[in-house]
Amino acid sequence: MLHSLAPLPFALPLMMAALLMGLSRFVPRWLTDAIALVTGALVTVVCVILLMGSANQPIVYWFGGWTPHQGVALGVAFVVGPLGAGLASLAALLVTAALLFSVKYFEAVGAVYHVLMLSFLGAMCGFSLTGDLFDLFVFFELMSAVAFALTAYRTEEKGPLQGALNFAIINTVGAYLVLCGIALVYARTGALNFAQIGRALSAGPSDGLVTMAFVLIACGFLIKAAIVPFHFWLADAHAMAPTPVCVLFSGVMVELGVYGVARVYWTMFAGTFGPHMVAIRGILIGFGAATAILGAIFCVSEEHIKRLLAFSTISHVGVLITGLGLLTPLGLAGAAVYVLGHGLVKASLFLGAGILLNQFQTASETELFGRGRHLVVLGGMFLVGGLALAGLPPFGTALGKGMIEAAASKAGDAWLSAVIIVASALTGGAVLRVAGRVFLGLGQPEGQPDQAGADDEAEQPESARQLRTPMVMLLPALVLLAGALASGLVPNIAMRTEQAAGAFINQRGYSQVVLNGAARLASNGPLIPTGPDLSEVAGGLGSTTAAVLVGLLAIYRRQLPAAVCRAASRHLEPPLQRLRGLQSGDVRDYAAWLTFGVATMGLAFAFAVH
Amino acid sequence: MSLLPWFVVVWLFAVGLYGIVTSRDLIHQVICLTVIQSSTYVLLLAIGYRRGAAAPVFATLPSSSSAVDPVVQALALTDIVVEATVLALLLALTVQAGKRFGTIDPQQLHALRG
Repeated sequence: MLHSLAPLPFALPLMMAALLMGLSRFVPRWLTDAIALVTGALVTVVCVILLMGSANQPIVYWFGGWTPHQGVALGVAFVVGPLGAGLASLAALLVTAALLFSVKYFEAVGAVYHVLMLSFLGAMCGFSLTGDLFDLFVFFELMSAVAFALTAYRTEEKGPLQGALNFAIINTVGAYLVLCGIALVYARTGALNFAQIGRALSAGPSDGLVTMAFVLIACGFLIKAAIVPFHFWLADAHAMAPTPVCVLFSGVMVELGVYGVARVYWTMFAGTFGPHMVAIRGILIGFGAATAILGAIFCVSEEHIKRLLAFSTISHVGVLITGLGLLTPLGLAGAAVYVLGHGLVKASLFLGAGILLNQFQTASETELFGRGRHLVVLGGMFLVGGLALAGLPPFGTALGKGMIEAAASKAGDAWLSAVIIVASALTGGAVLRVAGRVFLGLGQPEGQPDQAGADDEAEQPESARQLRTPMVMLLPALVLLAGALASGLVPNIAMRTEQAAGAFINQRGYSQVVLNGAARLASNGPLIPTGPDLSEVAGGLGSTTAAVLVGLLAIYRRQLPAAVCRAASRHLEPPLQRLRGLQSGDVRDYAAWLTFGVATMGLAFAFAVH
Repeated sequence: MSLLPWFVVVWLFAVGLYGIVTSRDLIHQVICLTVIQSSTYVLLLAIGYRRGAAAPVFATLPSSSSAVDPVVQALALTDIVVEATVLALLLALTVQAGKRFGTIDPQQLHALRG
């Protein structure tokens, strides 16, 4: 029964998308909205059922009944584990929330929008659940193509067009990198099934070809995950895409890039790379920490709210990569909990930014100064969202962060805690600054609007001004924020996720289940439920306090003593300007950085593995 | 197996990337993407190629004779279909960009800065 549900999360939305496209001429807007919403909600339910059902044992579904024969995979399989099903659930929940928000957000919207959103959902679910390497590429490309089209949904404006072009060119190069890597893997193993490839690769030590294949695949997925120096497209695409689409980009699409790396590493390469684990850990943590810090710096120096949130996503992806890069079950589990907490908070903040854009036709903090005083609920939401982003217990973000920090100190990398605290304090502080200035009118208005921000034309709202915030816009945002709070309070979520992560990184167990139909995935022994860890709570409170201080400092920076102001502008402004100048909007620069990043990653791995 | 196809793959990928980094014309950049894509075709087909083997149409082949690998051909076909979609979309965006900006020089697109 459970077994036959496995293909639904990708088949159902794609079928409904095709149906809506075919009926688009005859079906009125309200019915299109309703069909899309019901589909999203159904997929969410199915994914949650799969999540529950796969907690102890992955669900393996062979399309067309082509089961493996004597350990050789013939067909294409979905292998549903708790982490993949959890991501698919998050994707489906966010798509549903975004569709609900869109009901009032877009005044006139064709069925094409709903078709694209549902296709996006199908692709994301397929990407999370598949157990086949080439399928992974196809879903990756479907996800990308739909995302490009959604970014440029308003083709009559300049900003979205340029954002979508930059996004599309960079990510397509990334897809070719993935494909080349897949081809090399196939050349070596003659297989496309994760489990079978893993078995074949583990039989021998790694060599140049295997290393190169991993670097190519990982770089392709990390371009989607927008780690430094592949991150430039993200801010452009996020600032310009329609707000409900940004919710999906930041909340789950970018995280799927990280998931892709994790899945590929642990199902296929972990065995053969085993002896070089320490060096690989160093590389991943290095890239993650750099991304976390740089993203946070960009975030706090940005005044366009959507771009600010986009840079904050880059910083948080850095945190995720460090969690993953520790290569331990606890680190991976921390990253998984963090994805959930962060995705929900960030989605709700993006919806909040969309409401501001809808009410005031601008997302510039300078222009919005003090104008949100009457929006009490929205203001409160931004305030709480900022605190949650900074890691206030008991939000899911705090729990995930605490788990990553615990894993880091266990692995002897306690300095990572400092990186994570700086990243959460700066990104949380930036949102708190927005909340203080826009909704409370704290500090002083800036003299002139920042010309460095995005072009005004891109600020066009997607609908006419509405005096009152419609409930269908506010409600999804509040529900998502409440979900972020609840995600940290689920009983034993830390223990359960750690168990799931332990199964996720068990390469031998995975191939046993997929290829030999083993009854149960061997776990690393029972885990003891742990109560709330006091040091985690203290760490969370510490980073929240730091975020509040950052926010206050940013709000009252003009009131600081003149000497401090001068010194700050002399020493901080020039390097900051130079850093921000890299974000040139010119896709050729981004492609050059991409080349540099791939070369760096390749060299690092070449040294690490040989 | 000859090393030539591998050199061709690396060369096509590299010149395509070079074109994207240096080009002053969006259409040219999109064509450079297809050049990179061609490198993936060559790579896939080179992997499945076997000297002296027949096309993998087993209806007419005696089962003992050798054939080239049909899987990579299926992959290349899927690759073509998927990428044709993306390239069509990119060209459509380029047409729109030409209309809105009055230019398709990536250096002259000024909607995003900083």
